[in-house]
Amino acid sequence: MSAITSTERLQRLLALVPYVVSRKVVGLAETAADFGVSERELVDDLNLLWCVELRAPDPYCPIDLSYEGGEIVVSQAESMGRPLRLAVDEASALLVALRMLAELPGLEDRSAMSRLIAKLEAAAGEAASVSAQVAVQVDLHGDGAEDLAAQVNAAISARRRVHLRYYVPGRDEATERDVDPMRLLVVEGRPYLEGWCLRAEGMRVFRLDRVLSLTVLDQAASPPPEATPVDVDQGLFRPSPGDVLVELELSADGRWVAEDYPCESVSDLPDGRVRVALRTPDTGWVRRLALQLGEDGRVISPPGLVAEIRDAASAALANYVVLSAATPRSPAETAPGRTAV
Amino acid sequence: MSKRKTERLLGLVVCLLSTRRYLTADQVRHAVPGYPEQDDLFKRMFERDKEDLRDLGVPLETGLNHPFDDDPGYRIRQQAYELPELRLEADEAAVLGLAARVWQKAALEGAAAGALLKLRAAGMEAADESPGPQGIEPRLGTTEPAFAPLWEAVRDRRPVTFSYRAAGRSEPQRRELEPWGVMNRHGRWYVAGRDRARDATRVFRLSRIAGSVKFCGPPGSVTVPADADVHELVRDWDSAPARQHTALLRVRSGAGVSLRQHAVSVRPDETGPPGWDLVTTRFADVGSFADYAAWFGPDAVVLDPPDLREAVIARLKGVLA
Repeated sequence: MSAITSTERLQRLLALVPYVVSRKVVGLAETAADFGVSERELVDDLNLLWCVELRAPDPYCPIDLSYEGGEIVVSQAESMGRPLRLAVDEASALLVALRMLAELPGLEDRSAMSRLIAKLEAAAGEAASVSAQVAVQVDLHGDGAEDLAAQVNAAISARRRVHLRYYVPGRDEATERDVDPMRLLVVEGRPYLEGWCLRAEGMRVFRLDRVLSLTVLDQAASPPPEATPVDVDQGLFRPSPGDVLVELELSADGRWVAEDYPCESVSDLPDGRVRVALRTPDTGWVRRLALQLGEDGRVISPPGLVAEIRDAASAALANYVVLSAATPRSPAETAPGRTAV
Repeated sequence: MSKRKTERLLGLVVCLLSTRRYLTADQVRHAVPGYPEQDDLFKRMFERDKEDLRDLGVPLETGLNHPFDDDPGYRIRQQAYELPELRLEADEAAVLGLAARVWQKAALEGAAAGALLKLRAAGMEAADESPGPQGIEPRLGTTEPAFAPLWEAVRDRRPVTFSYRAAGRSEPQRRELEPWGVMNRHGRWYVAGRDRARDATRVFRLSRIAGSVKFCGPPGSVTVPADADVHELVRDWDSAPARQHTALLRVRSGAGVSLRQHAVSVRPDETGPPGWDLVTTRFADVGSFADYAAWFGPDAVVLDPPDLREAVIARLKGVLA
């Protein structure tokens, strides 16, 4: 256990007494596990509580307890029988998270959610009011996004395989794949489907806003035993050893790249310019990014990618010379034709 | 960690909880073991202890037993101290476990864990917290170092100062802000409030704050206007403008998937060379749509309107410059 401060330990002690009181009798091992301490540390805590002594008017010990045979019993708790009320940070952490969860579509436990929010708000009292100053809005823009999230949820609970048409912007490609869905991740307010991709034969994370269409299949989902969910606390996108290292120089107008893409390093240059390095398994999207950045971003390395970008820009410019010659009727005159799928 | 200090603080809490009358500092010193004999040392230590307890959220009250008393006394009212009765059903506890995991590895992780501990202390069983609702795993990262100080500032109603690099500006600028709220929208963190120098409402993106955030006023010195709606402020700042213009593009057959997905119409190009479709689509502003069109490189050509066409050509020339 890392070193904790006196007040952190005090917090634990203030919770320990009511924890035992509310359970009447409770095992040492179970209690230690719930408090995240070793049994030895727990016994130290119990001894400290038992030793509390007040001297005035007459000396007395307000707390009486025993832990014989591995069972803790508190026989006298004075005025410490209930836990301290929730602090502002504590109430906010839970309420902000719950309100974010309540925004997710297709969640079955919606009634549990609203009941819990109401109970916590009531219990936290004034401490709950500040939590309204922090909010998380889940990104479900676009038509049908909520339906999609609900469909994903339904497929996960029914353990069914799904067929995805999934857009890969870096390759400008609509891919078709069967996926055994495992979890709906919501990271930083953005929803993802995590599952075993049969095409890639591996775990994949799909952004819901890039799903072009989703069909729930009749087949049962049967992810192989090696299909283990990613540890979201380590970040969704982690570079792997085979990735290409790309270096870019950005102008002040191109700085947003450093904010929107996970960069390995960002170093400031004069005039608000910045140099970034990032790793990626597929440089296709970097080529496209460079085209849209124009003079606001320049890829420095690898040399192969630099050449590729120049070729793409030349080819695109040549199109403007050749293909704009025969200009068709202006869009205002054209009747809406076949709609894209 | 000092064991003696923990013992003393614990004694102080129990002592002040079990009294109905206000106890003077002197009475506390006699009742709670561990305080020094010397007056000035005691005074300093007692002040620190009171502050520590208040930081923990212990409602320490100050008052007089009689109007004629010289020294103020202290007590903790049981009712203000205690977590009110809270009975959670099994399904509510499951949702609670899920909510507490949202902040894992993020700024309010410790606060969420502290809350859970108190709820367990009130009798909730840890076993009820898992498994959570099946198949959902929500997380909020707060990688921006500015999050923690800004949250504290919002919580304690304190003004802050920081240097901010606005989009497209080469040099960061010093800002003084009365923060009203922190918000995550589309995965990005923002703070909204009153910019003191400009005397106007402003929204800042946390990732553009350069260096550290410093408090520049005491707690309680910021007043959040009653009609301030942080959600709305951030939404207005960040929302996409209406797509009121129309563009016509040639798009190579089989390419431009997302262009086609959001198009008004797609038809084969009978007037031009083979292998291309004519795509009509709506867009909001020339700059961002030119960025988008350039993404498709040699697979898309903007035909109309002319300013959009020129904007794409400028980007492509910029690459070759």
